[in-house]
Amino acid sequence: MSLQDRLTELRDQGLADIKSADVLKKVNDVKVDLLGKKGPITEVLRGMRDLTPEERPKVGAYANEVRDKLQSAIDHRREELELAAQNKQLVAEKIDVTLPGRQVPQGQPHVITQIITELEDLFMGMGYQIVDGDEVEEDYYNFERLNLPKDHPARDMQDTFYITKEVLLRTQTSADQPRSLENHDFSKGPLKVLSPGRVYRRDTDDATHSHQFHQIEGLVVDKHITMADLKGTLTLVANELFGDQFEVRLRPSYFPFTEPSVEADVTCFNCDGKGCAVCKQTGWIEVLGAGMVHPRVLEMSGIDPEVYGGFAFGLGPDRFAMLKYGVDDIRNFYLNDVRFLSQFYKKG
Amino acid sequence: MRISYAWLRDYLKLDIPADELAEKIERTAVEVDGVIRPSDGLKKVVVGDVLECVPHPDSDHLHICQVDVGEADPIQIVCGAPNVAAGEKVIVALPNSWIGGHTKIKRSKMRGVVSNGMLCALDELGFDEKLVPKEVADGIFILPADAKPGEPVFSYIGMDDEIIDMSVTPNRGDMLSMNGTAHELAAIYDQKPTMPTVELHEDATELADDQLSVTVQADEQAVPMYKMRLIKNVTIKPSPLWLQIRIWNAGMRPINNVVDATNYILMQYGQPLHAFNFDSLTAGQVNVRFAKAGEQLTTLDGEKRDLAETDLVICSDDRPICLAGTMGGLDSEVTDKTTAIALEGAIFDAVKIRKTAHNHNLHSEASMRYERGIDHSATETALDAAAALIAELSDGTVATGVVVGRDEDVQPAVVKISLSRLNHVLGTELSLDTVADIFRRLDFPTTIDGETYTVTVPARRWDIHIPADLIEEVARLYGYDNLPSTLPTGQPTIGKLNETQQIIRDSRKLMESAGLTQAISYSLTTEAKAKSFALHASEVTKLDFPMSSERSALRLNLISGLLDDLAYNNARKEHDVALYEEGRVFFSQPEQVRPKEVEHIAGAITGSMVQTAWDTEATPVDFYQIKGIVAGYLKSLALAAPVSYATSTTHPEMHPGRTADIYVGDDLVGFVGEIHPATAKAYKVRETYVFELDLDALIAQPKEHQQYQPISKFPSITRDVAMLIDNQVTNAAIVKLITDKGGAHLQKVQLFDVYNGKHVPAGKKSLAYTLTYQDQNGTLVDDEITKAFEKVLTALTDTLGAEIR
Repeated sequence: MSLQDRLTELRDQGLADIKSADVLKKVNDVKVDLLGKKGPITEVLRGMRDLTPEERPKVGAYANEVRDKLQSAIDHRREELELAAQNKQLVAEKIDVTLPGRQVPQGQPHVITQIITELEDLFMGMGYQIVDGDEVEEDYYNFERLNLPKDHPARDMQDTFYITKEVLLRTQTSADQPRSLENHDFSKGPLKVLSPGRVYRRDTDDATHSHQFHQIEGLVVDKHITMADLKGTLTLVANELFGDQFEVRLRPSYFPFTEPSVEADVTCFNCDGKGCAVCKQTGWIEVLGAGMVHPRVLEMSGIDPEVYGGFAFGLGPDRFAMLKYGVDDIRNFYLNDVRFLSQFYKKG
Repeated sequence: MRISYAWLRDYLKLDIPADELAEKIERTAVEVDGVIRPSDGLKKVVVGDVLECVPHPDSDHLHICQVDVGEADPIQIVCGAPNVAAGEKVIVALPNSWIGGHTKIKRSKMRGVVSNGMLCALDELGFDEKLVPKEVADGIFILPADAKPGEPVFSYIGMDDEIIDMSVTPNRGDMLSMNGTAHELAAIYDQKPTMPTVELHEDATELADDQLSVTVQADEQAVPMYKMRLIKNVTIKPSPLWLQIRIWNAGMRPINNVVDATNYILMQYGQPLHAFNFDSLTAGQVNVRFAKAGEQLTTLDGEKRDLAETDLVICSDDRPICLAGTMGGLDSEVTDKTTAIALEGAIFDAVKIRKTAHNHNLHSEASMRYERGIDHSATETALDAAAALIAELSDGTVATGVVVGRDEDVQPAVVKISLSRLNHVLGTELSLDTVADIFRRLDFPTTIDGETYTVTVPARRWDIHIPADLIEEVARLYGYDNLPSTLPTGQPTIGKLNETQQIIRDSRKLMESAGLTQAISYSLTTEAKAKSFALHASEVTKLDFPMSSERSALRLNLISGLLDDLAYNNARKEHDVALYEEGRVFFSQPEQVRPKEVEHIAGAITGSMVQTAWDTEATPVDFYQIKGIVAGYLKSLALAAPVSYATSTTHPEMHPGRTADIYVGDDLVGFVGEIHPATAKAYKVRETYVFELDLDALIAQPKEHQQYQPISKFPSITRDVAMLIDNQVTNAAIVKLITDKGGAHLQKVQLFDVYNGKHVPAGKKSLAYTLTYQDQNGTLVDDEITKAFEKVLTALTDTLGAEIR
């Protein structure tokens, strides 16, 4: 048998062995057997010294060809088997991906905070500063500086917790207004502030009354602030909170610290204005109070009402949350039942 | 204020639906609570004529009536009312009719006798019992003789009216009257209202001044106007039905002709009036003054009241007979036997009346109007109108002349405003004529000079004094719907959170990421809870007049509120709770009128933070869980000074062996630990771990100046040490010693095992640490590290008595 024929025989036998190897070890065994230093191909190559110089390169080239072929067959078979093994393993590793994931404890913000944060972000985007006023305020700032002198009938609307004759728990975040006004340097631009916070009223707690609740007060004072600006701003707030598909209406109201004063209603989102229990059959939901800052309030803060003017608005996040999420009892916000708190895990 | 649409039509030509009118009022003037239709829900309630009325044979009070209800044959109805009689026109609820309270009336048998319906009293038609005249309260209501049998009954008793229930804001006292409302609607609809006129016939034979005298001792501020009229020869009786209807549709109870007349004029003019029984006056003498300390007065409601020196009183011969502007006295009340009336038309100071109404808790239709102001120009007209009406209804005579105790000169307000100012504030481009037309509709006499309006405000609109008030009038009548909608322009400003606000917001997020849910608890609590868990001693800030002891003091801590929350959850079988709260606590400051408000952040956890699941065992929370939360949070604040924890036994509400005070550098910033079992019991909560941090103090702490540290390219080497050591020796002490003695290359000390089970001797524990060494500039030499490590071991043995294992 010529060396070529021997090589051909080895090749064919090798390829068959490789093909039939069904585990990686067998492939490795074939490799060692065939291509190892003591393997038959090496032996054939060793027999080349008996060939003529003309034959030698031919056989050499053929031997290399056979070796490469076998090597590539081995590599290929190895890959095949590895892949099969991996596939088998993957099948075996299959799990029920619908089992729940491992818990990572995660808390969430209070629903009132969510609403406050949303509005803070909206107004900061329009250049408002956030102001945190004190919860214990002087009667002077909470009432008198807001044009509510002692014995003003409008004080009846806000029954108050007093600490002393002159110190009280603020009944409105508007109490920040005079302090913001007197502290502001108008040479640095307009005053644009938003004051969110807790307020207190001397009310007996029930489903619709709470002695503690929240308010957000906005105040803008500059040389050219108009009631149209107020209307635009209130519409923006209503759209942010309820969506822009609803109509906003302004109607006259009364607050001692604004003149003109308005209240803003939004089309009832529950019935689309047709009238339902949520809107008490009116088709409208009262969402905020506002107005143009009363000249007296500006004057008392040392601001010339002939030169400067502005608007103020106030709204209640508690009321918003009740309307928006259908919360039927305001006490839920302060009892902190985890079954209640955990429902508000997302915005919107 | 309830406005009868029927009455309103006396003033104006209005044919729009009541709902539309209500909406218009709401958009232009004042809030409307709703439109009341008294006949809503009522059906088949008709006029009946009682043809025959005989006693029921088997009853001592029932009557069998044959009633003509406009059909061919009369129907038989059994009635138990004591006042039923033949010849009366009555209210009949036919079979299958609906009456008040969603009640259906069916044919029935009463003691064996068929009854085809029911004869009704007013309250059975849904009248509020408080509005039903007393004389008809105990029986069926008798209709006028000319009522037509079979016709719906509603028009006979005013139930076909539509009543607009307005919620009048304090500034619009003018709308607490029909006249004022009519003026307002006249402006809205651009009509000229037909105002009531007064036809008063005075009896020339009697001069009021001869029999009645009035002195006002109180100052002019308190009593700017006090006038009286004398009406003689009156007969007290029920009012005619038309008047009763107006009275009850206005939400008041008809009493008698005199009282109803004064109430009617009150509704019409907004001017409170008071009728005194003239014979109860001493020698026809009336004086008005402030009450004296110790004086008493029994008011109409039978209440004996101690008067205050701020109360204005009407006296006769200096004896109080009436609490001015709020309620009359019992002794001078008009009764069935009264024959002469002294009628008061006066104005009292709003603040004084408010105080009196508040102090005596007497809020009447009169006091409500005095508090909001009165049309000073209409007082005498109203007095005349009431006198005329009383005389008419009671067959009396009005003595000639008004007795004047005080009269003031009423000057209308004159307010100037320019068109440009108006447009500047409203953001509009209204024309000179548009605005002038609005003032014309309001019936405010106006002159125009250039672009400036000079507006003479009638006394009936006493709420208007300044240009801003006129701007409001123009804006609301022009219509808020017609205003443009813009956003403020002008110099741009930066809107961003300041550092404190940013840290507070971040703190909330960090707590939430650590698994705590935000709670908002009450700031007001009991005094005991307020001062518990306090980080620093302070007086409690207490309310002057709390509504309950539960909400009487401002909190000095947040934990007590969180424990209340946990208790609420615990009571509802929610035992796994992890909450935090961020908010104010209130430290009183002796030299300040207000307490210092400090932001705190606190947490409370109980049960497990991870629930039992298919692959997880619920692990009960413990000290180290809450400490981990606190430590992770504090780390993220990048405080410059080191944070340390020291055993604390100073908080009486906390477990003395499981509480640590938290320091940043040398500053106490909070504490963390388990609440004392006695505290848990008192709050009705289970084993609970809490922390409270002074957030303001943390915000004020210097922050680490953050700078990139090059990451060493050279490998680190670790050495483990395990030791047996006395139980008393703290981890903190060991770590400090290792760190102090560790040498320049010691990077990290990590505790990886703690054991104090049965394999260690009593009083000892086993601790194991990994020490990590690394050099920034080169590869560490093993010998060098071994030397450094040996030093640590020696120190541990020598200093802390550790037994290295």
